[in-house]
Order: sequence, then C-alpha cells, then structure tokens
Amino acid sequence: MIPAPFDYARPASLDEALDLLAGADPSIRVLAGGQSLIPLMKLRLARPERLVDVGRIDELRGIRDRPDGGMSIGALTTWAALLDDPRIRRYGMLADALPQIGDVQVRNRGTIGGSLAHADPTSDIAAPALALDLELVARSAARGQRVIAATKFFTGPFTTALEPDEILTEVRIPPGDAAAGSAYAALPQLASGYPIAGVAVVLFRSPSSPAAPAAPAAPAAPGAYSRCLVGVTGVGDHPYRAVEVERAVVAGASFSDAAQEIATAQRVAADIHADREYRAAMAVVMARRALDAALARLG
Amino acid sequence: MARIGIRLTVNGEPVELEVEPRRLLVDVLRDDLDLTGTKVGCDTSSCGTCTVHLDGSAVKSCTVLAVQADGATVRTVENLASDDAENLHPLQAAFVEHHGLQCGFCTPGMLMTALDLVERNPDPDDGEIRHAIHGNLCRCTGYQSIVTSIREGARTMRGEQPRTWTEARAAEAPGLARKR
Repeated sequence: MIPAPFDYARPASLDEALDLLAGADPSIRVLAGGQSLIPLMKLRLARPERLVDVGRIDELRGIRDRPDGGMSIGALTTWAALLDDPRIRRYGMLADALPQIGDVQVRNRGTIGGSLAHADPTSDIAAPALALDLELVARSAARGQRVIAATKFFTGPFTTALEPDEILTEVRIPPGDAAAGSAYAALPQLASGYPIAGVAVVLFRSPSSPAAPAAPAAPAAPGAYSRCLVGVTGVGDHPYRAVEVERAVVAGASFSDAAQEIATAQRVAADIHADREYRAAMAVVMARRALDAALARLG
Repeated sequence: MARIGIRLTVNGEPVELEVEPRRLLVDVLRDDLDLTGTKVGCDTSSCGTCTVHLDGSAVKSCTVLAVQADGATVRTVENLASDDAENLHPLQAAFVEHHGLQCGFCTPGMLMTALDLVERNPDPDDGEIRHAIHGNLCRCTGYQSIVTSIREGARTMRGEQPRTWTEARAAEAPGLARKR
C-alpha cells in the first residue's frame, strides 16, 4: 500500500516548523514518528497534501525534571525512551501502560506527542494522561505558547483541542505526591492490542486518615482518600475522566460499588470486538482492578 | 511529484537515492537496493517481517518513509551472516538448529527483532523473549521453537558453546517435567 502523493518538508527548528504551519491549512499534517499517521495514509484514510516532518527537531526530545518537582517530556520522546527512564517508571500507571503500547518496533519509533495529537479513542496513553492531569504544551507562530489541561485536550474521536497552526511540544506531569498510588488496567483486543477498556487510577490517601481498609473490597471510611483521579480509554467516543467514580471513592464507597459508575455518564462504544453491554462490563472490571492495584501501591 | 535526495548507510555501504516522499523504506530497500531479504507481509505494521534496524533500533520498515530515514544507518537481515551463507550469525544458526522456522517468511523480522533484544539484554528469559517478539507474527511454528532459537542464539552470542537441539531439550527437560 502506497500513500497518496504529498509534499514533504523537514524543518530543522521548531520556529521553522511553526512558520510552515502558520497558514493553519488543514491539508498540512505534522509527522513525528509516523506510527499512527503513516498507516492511515497507506490506507488513504488520511490524505494530507503536505507533511511537516518534525522528527529531527531535537529541542522537542527528552525527559527533564521540572523545578516544581514535576516532569517535562518533550513531545518527540519515544515510548522506548520513556520505558528506559527510571523517573518515568516511578509512576505505577506508566510502568503498567507503556509496555502495552504497540510493540517493540512501534515503541522504538512512536512518540508520546504524536500519539496524543493523533487522539485515537482507544489509545492506551490517554487514560494515564487524564488520570495524571497532564498539561499539554502547544505552540503556534501567531500566539506563542499555551498550556492545555488533559481534560480539555481530547474533544472527540481523533480530535483534539490543538489548532491547525499549533504543534504539541511538551507534556508536563504535575509534581507527584509520595502518598499517591497509581495503576493502569486494560483488556486488550487480542489481535490489535488496543484496549477494549482501559482504566488508569491515581489514589491519594488522606493525611488525616492513614489507615487503609482491611481488604480492598471493604468500604473505606469516608475521608480515607483525599483525592482519586480516574482516566478511561476505549470506552466512550473519546477518552474521559470518570468523575462519578472519583467522587464515590472519596465519599467512602467500596471499590466494587465505585467501579460500577465507570461509564454511567457515557455513550459506550460498540464494535465487532465488543458490544455495548460487554464493553461496559469490562470497563467496570478494569476500574476495579486499577483501583485495587493503585491501593496496593499506596505508600 | 518531486523527488527528494536522501543518503543512507545500508549494511555499512553509503547509498544515495532520489525518492518520492511517499515511498516506504521497505520498498526502497527491496525494489531500489535489491535487498529482498526484508519481506512485506501484512503491510499494516502488524506482522513485523519488514523489521530492520534504523540507527540501531528495530523498526517496521513498512511504516517508515524513506525520506524519514535520510542520514540514518540501516541494517537488514542480509548483514547478519558475514561474507557468505556458510558463516551464519549465531541467531541464524540457532534458528536452523532449533527449528525456529517452517515457511521462513517471518524469519527476517524475527531475527532482526531478536537481535534488537539481545543487544539490549544479552540474557533474556523466555518471558522477555515473548514480550520482545509481540510485534512479529508467525503462522507456522506456534512460537515455542522461535523462543528456544532466540534463547539459544543469545547463549552463543554470550560466548557459550552452541547447543544442539537434543542438548537444549535435555537441559529443558527438568522444567518441562516440573510443569507436568
């Protein structure tokens, strides 16, 4: 399969790349690692007239500690580079999710920024992106830099808050909390590896109530958890935060009861691999597993 | 459509080419450079038989534009055996000895993915091998003999004496007996 013809530009700097996008021409696409875009172009589901290949812009690559205690990940950082970095693997849900993304070859080439901007509604990384409250940094020639909260970023299937003249340059993980535990649980569709349902959870223990419940199934006393963040992928038409589960956990519901709320506000997707009822049931199971695993890692 | 000049180092040799931007690395390797050891299987980045090393990392060459590889070093399966087919790479020799192939179509990709693994992790266990070849499909073997071949090839690459199929089976037997 051969993509439709296109013009190709490979700017050497971010500013040069932003200038190429300045006309906000929707027939121009940004190419990073190409692991999502090239397959779409081969199937001719995407037919950009011009590609701006940002793959050589080194300023967009790399993982740095931020002064506030958080992390900054350049948009061009590959999955393989993230998996190799012990600072990234500290985040339990990322240690869970990263090895499930694609395969070795795809992780060697695919980038976190490219994947987020592609916004596949079944992307594994979307659930941790939401549950970690990532900040997505976008730049344009006209308006400079702006920061988009993960919750405002995914707006529909393969659709994001990025404007056509913007490039996603950086992903920021807010400062971690030593008292937080996190996990990602997903049921992969066996042929593609994409999740039928994937749930990422961050659980913060309330400082005033350090005792964990005796068993995960038992209801915690209200106030045991000061904060709970739940990101869901593969279930709705785009990745979302399951605020109903978050509220139930903080209010002291048992994890099994809280998990029932995982898709209550969603129109659950159906396809040949999973109808609505099955996908919704699996989302509940994954929510429960992610909550249990996050609790087990709670410091 | 305008062609673009690119330079590659393929299996140690510098190459200059003019390519349409839409051409895939695998097609340039096979059609322009006659390196047909690298196969096109699914052409949808699922099967992995098009795997080559790009600047030292395994990638699926059906999902890389040739223009993206401009300036890069490419290593293909042809580069594994030194000089001639009598002088197989330890991984290739292990695939022969341990029945790591039947039809052989997935083998170029299996070998290049296995090499990527062993270069990073010289002593992988079977679980690590299976995780590493997740992106390589074989429709003949059921994978067990591929896993054995990679494990045994990695042994040879660590400088240990190559084992025959019978010796490897004998070494595995206690484990197999325990499982039963």
